[in-house]
Amino acid sequence: MSDAAHNGWALRTTPRRSQWFPKPSALPGFGITFGFAVTYLSLIILIPLAVLVARAGELGLDGIWRVATTPRVLAALQVSFFISAAAALINALFGTIVAWVLVHYDFPGKRLLDAAVDLPFALPTAVAGIALAALYATNGWIGSLFAPWDIKIAFTPLGILVALIFIGLPFVVRTVQPVLQDLDREVEEASATLGATRTQTVVRVVLPALTPALLTGVALAFARAVGEYGSVIFIAGNMPFVSEIAPLLIVTKLEEFDYAGAAAIATVMLGISFVTLLAINALQAFSRRRFGHA
Amino acid sequence: MRNGVLSESPAVRRTLIALAVGFLTLFLVLPLLAVFSEALRRGLDLFIAAFAEPDTQAAIGLTLLVAAIAVPLNLLFGISAAWAVAKFEFPGKSLLVTLIDLPFSVSPVVSGLVFVLLFGAKGLLGPLIDDWDFKIIFAVPGIVLATIFVTFPFIAREVIPLMQEQGTAEEEAALTLGASGLRTFLTVTLPNVRWALLYGVLLCNARAMGEFGAVSVVSGHIRGLTNTMPLHVEILYNEYNFVAAFAVASLLAGLALVTLVAKSFLEGRYGDQLARAHRH
Repeated sequence: MSDAAHNGWALRTTPRRSQWFPKPSALPGFGITFGFAVTYLSLIILIPLAVLVARAGELGLDGIWRVATTPRVLAALQVSFFISAAAALINALFGTIVAWVLVHYDFPGKRLLDAAVDLPFALPTAVAGIALAALYATNGWIGSLFAPWDIKIAFTPLGILVALIFIGLPFVVRTVQPVLQDLDREVEEASATLGATRTQTVVRVVLPALTPALLTGVALAFARAVGEYGSVIFIAGNMPFVSEIAPLLIVTKLEEFDYAGAAAIATVMLGISFVTLLAINALQAFSRRRFGHA
Repeated sequence: MRNGVLSESPAVRRTLIALAVGFLTLFLVLPLLAVFSEALRRGLDLFIAAFAEPDTQAAIGLTLLVAAIAVPLNLLFGISAAWAVAKFEFPGKSLLVTLIDLPFSVSPVVSGLVFVLLFGAKGLLGPLIDDWDFKIIFAVPGIVLATIFVTFPFIAREVIPLMQEQGTAEEEAALTLGASGLRTFLTVTLPNVRWALLYGVLLCNARAMGEFGAVSVVSGHIRGLTNTMPLHVEILYNEYNFVAAFAVASLLAGLALVTLVAKSFLEGRYGDQLARAHRH
């Protein structure tokens, strides 16, 4: 979107001068703004993250592997990984339904509901955590409904699932919603004209166009869930091997002054989020090529 | 006949609406109601009494202080980065933009951990800082650093795309007409992005005041000294002082609601002056 604006003047410069840093411009202030931005970025983000990786690196790759595969760490990583994936999949289903309903239908309270979708972005995670724990405990509004069947939600892995669904929901809705909105109505009309039923149109025309956005939203929700801490620890019960998440184990290692161990788990988690991030970028690039939007 | 081939049957419609409303009620509305209901469970007096506690007031004060430092610094960064990225062409630009979003893919706990590894007792610079008799970890500077880290991208990612859309023509015109660089920025650029800046500040502030994981790692949880509001909620909750915990939590929930209302208002009223992603 920016390229057009820039190419306007970029064309005016001769090719040789493109090696300048920055390319010549009539506007002032590049030095100070670029300098400040890069310095601040380095001091706050890049150097601290580099120190983390270096600290884990002291253990060597096999050292990190040893830490990551101790039974308790492995169990925590598995809990984080699988429950995050399950939450992301549940959000894929219900997030799509929510986005669909918000885009296509009118009903009272719709605007309120639309605004409420962003609540997990705005509500501090600790507040969400204690609220969900209160709701889903055996004496809570929702937990008490399940108690007669002997189903416990809070303080079990199911509690983690509830918290991660809460945290991830807006990622799916807010990624799918704009794509659904921009979807060309004429394509649906064409499909109908050619004799497709509504179900056929939705399944074979609308959903395929939606898939890249949906996958992106799911990946974002998953990445957020894997690292989530505040909302989970209050409702999880935090039992080693059962409901202990990887971020909590980092905190435990720190409290034992095992900095290298903490750094090793953190590095593994960084690795998981970078792979997810790469997948998201690849998806968006694919989506831009295939559908003209990300 | 509208129904049938271009839209769903009324029964399907109603089912989908019911599913969506039910799901959102279950996961969003009820937790929010629970916060206020639990806070007021034992009456208004105990609710108010929770805020008379000196530790609670100290926590509120610290939260305000941290946000008052972190948000302006990230605002300054957001504007600088946006000016450099949007108004100039240079190699490595897309890398810079990608790096700005980095904190979003880092677990809050890890965001705190990096500063412990740098400044903690056994950290890289720990001994050096000890000599100066200056504390970063388990003290306010660490909390500020961790908060800046997690809220780092919020303002930049609102302003950069918008400034990029706007290009450089208006600024070039102002300069041609003899305005200084600073005057051009203040009278041409800034008014063009003010609502996007406000939008970013809103989100940045909400996260700065509500951050839990990163701050929890660096704070040391010293009551009255290094406890922010979310950390204070945790302490009260773990002491089974539920009314006070939910009372403080309700204040944070109130902040979240105000943020959401202001955000919706900005999207509705000034949507055309926000980055494209927020225009509904």
